[in-house]
Amino acid sequence: MENNYIFDSEGLSEEALRRKHKLENDPSCRTDHMKYMEGQEQIKSDIREKVMAHFNSYDASAYTAKDVSRALQQATIGVEEFKALLSPAAEPFLEQMAERARVETRKHFGNTVYLFTPLYIANYCENYCVYCGFNCYNKIRRMKLNMEQIEHEMKVIADSGMEEILILTGESKAMSDVRYIGEACKLARKYFRMVGVEIYPVNVEDYRYLHECGVDYVTVFQETYDSDKYETLHLAGHKRVWPYRFEAQERALMGGMRGVAGSALLGLSDFRKDALATALHMYYLQRKYPQAEISLSCPRLRPIVNNDKIDPLDVREKQLCQVLCAYRLFLPFAGITVSSRESKSFRDGIVKIAATKISAGVSTGIGDHESKYTGKENAEEGDEQFEIADSRSFETMYKDMSDEGLQPVLNDYLYV
Amino acid sequence: MENNDKLIIGGHEFNSRFILGSGKYSLSLIKAAVENAGAEIITLAVRRANTKEHESILDHIPEGVTLLPNTSGARNAEEAVRIARLARELGCGNFVKIEIMRDTKYLLPDNAETIKATDILANEGFVVMPYMYPDLNTARDLVNAGAASVMPLASPIGSNKGLATRDFIQILIDEIDLPIIVDAGIGRPSQACEAMEMGAAAVMSNTALATAGDLPMMADAFRKAIEAGRQAYLSGLGRVLVRGASPSDTLTGFLRD
Repeated sequence: MENNYIFDSEGLSEEALRRKHKLENDPSCRTDHMKYMEGQEQIKSDIREKVMAHFNSYDASAYTAKDVSRALQQATIGVEEFKALLSPAAEPFLEQMAERARVETRKHFGNTVYLFTPLYIANYCENYCVYCGFNCYNKIRRMKLNMEQIEHEMKVIADSGMEEILILTGESKAMSDVRYIGEACKLARKYFRMVGVEIYPVNVEDYRYLHECGVDYVTVFQETYDSDKYETLHLAGHKRVWPYRFEAQERALMGGMRGVAGSALLGLSDFRKDALATALHMYYLQRKYPQAEISLSCPRLRPIVNNDKIDPLDVREKQLCQVLCAYRLFLPFAGITVSSRESKSFRDGIVKIAATKISAGVSTGIGDHESKYTGKENAEEGDEQFEIADSRSFETMYKDMSDEGLQPVLNDYLYV
Repeated sequence: MENNDKLIIGGHEFNSRFILGSGKYSLSLIKAAVENAGAEIITLAVRRANTKEHESILDHIPEGVTLLPNTSGARNAEEAVRIARLARELGCGNFVKIEIMRDTKYLLPDNAETIKATDILANEGFVVMPYMYPDLNTARDLVNAGAASVMPLASPIGSNKGLATRDFIQILIDEIDLPIIVDAGIGRPSQACEAMEMGAAAVMSNTALATAGDLPMMADAFRKAIEAGRQAYLSGLGRVLVRGASPSDTLTGFLRD
């Protein structure tokens, strides 16, 4: 089964529709997704080669119950053991994996769970990524907050008690350039202890600038590590360049960032191969930059505005749990974030096994925190990137986590 | 335990030889842990105390307990120094545990940077307790730099693997005239006891308690083990076992004058 991503929004001009259909139906009119665009910095790195060698040769179906059993007997889960744990043969071992994952999580993180909230400041986008609510051919309410509006949103969030924020934008350099994002981050430093960004990939010097603005963590999702599949999903815009995106975290570290996070968007392609590449990507980054704090996410496909049929397909909760347990056993020291794309019951369960960070008080829309937090009407709001599944407020989340026997942590970081 | 057996760090006297961590368990358990452990010193990460009003870790630490802020998150001496100064500004006192890690996987301390930070902070009047990889040369440099104690790791932090570096810690105990406090990797009371039998001045533990089924009960078990180990050390344990039973006819009985 495959998702049917393609739809035509109402209100698109004839010319726009013609261009859109051409991109969808005529691969020859698309740019080369492996070729860097002008202005995109190319760094020297062997990480991509290392990750892709494993990705290309990984056959999850080749592993047997015996391989999984042997893997679980090892004191250290290496790359080969990790591959076995990601395979379908490991599904019957899920409880055993969860037990061991829980022990590892407790050893490295105790019973702490970190809370954060994302803040979308603009949803303009220049890319046509067929599964994304922000894509440039999706007719949604677009908005870019000015500094005053951003500060207002930050105050509302900070008043709720939150101390860590993740600043997000759509991927439009024209509408939300690096300076704009940097200014927003400087404001964020006034209201929050820890600031991260999840924005379009930039060059080393831009990451350095953002670091100087107070940012220390950068998240970039590769969407899928299968570059051929990637080509069929990201039809236009600078995001189309797969290798430039792959090297984003490394450029961020070169620019002085303390930590990086990454993931594939599970459900777009073969999720087992994508999960393997996600973890290996972070693994090789940490080997090359040992001081880097690495973190993994695990987003699954979600319905979007104007297409409520998008589904994560074969990545059900059971498979997602398997992936997260395998991540924990392979990278016991890595942070694992589970977003509000997942349900309350899943998040309450997974923080006791493998996850270390969850979001609360989430909106993926623009400028709507006040209305969501206080019920106050706000006429000017931008549409959401995707539908969330867990809408718990900061306060509810703090209480729920405490009730689960966990210690919520709002900050464990210093900008030095 | 006799009252005159004090742990002295930077001129400060302590009766307890069990230093507690605070980072990996519920804040609501800190008080019970401190009481059951009989601890007089508790470590806390400065970065974790860097919080607004909502449940600061500092509010959960009982009065009278000496705070030992650590510089976790520092990647070099300069960052450690900045974090230590911030700790002082936050009202955490003069003690500082230097933790400098350039590796996020094993969290092994960087000895060279630790010496540099110790030098700077000791000169600024801090009571400096550096966390280090057990190396005699480094320990001597730390003494010269003004450290108040030396805190070698027993095994990788959080691993609960016990005294993997046993022989090297013994060398530090034998050669260094400062309290040697075994830090990181102690997973069981019996391992803490062994460290104390070896002559360690104190033991620091966090993960072993945090991962226990009943944290306050485990704190109590550690206290007893540490006290037993200390008593055994003071009573002169080990010499018979090390050298074997004495023969009735001594080997040197032929010596006349």
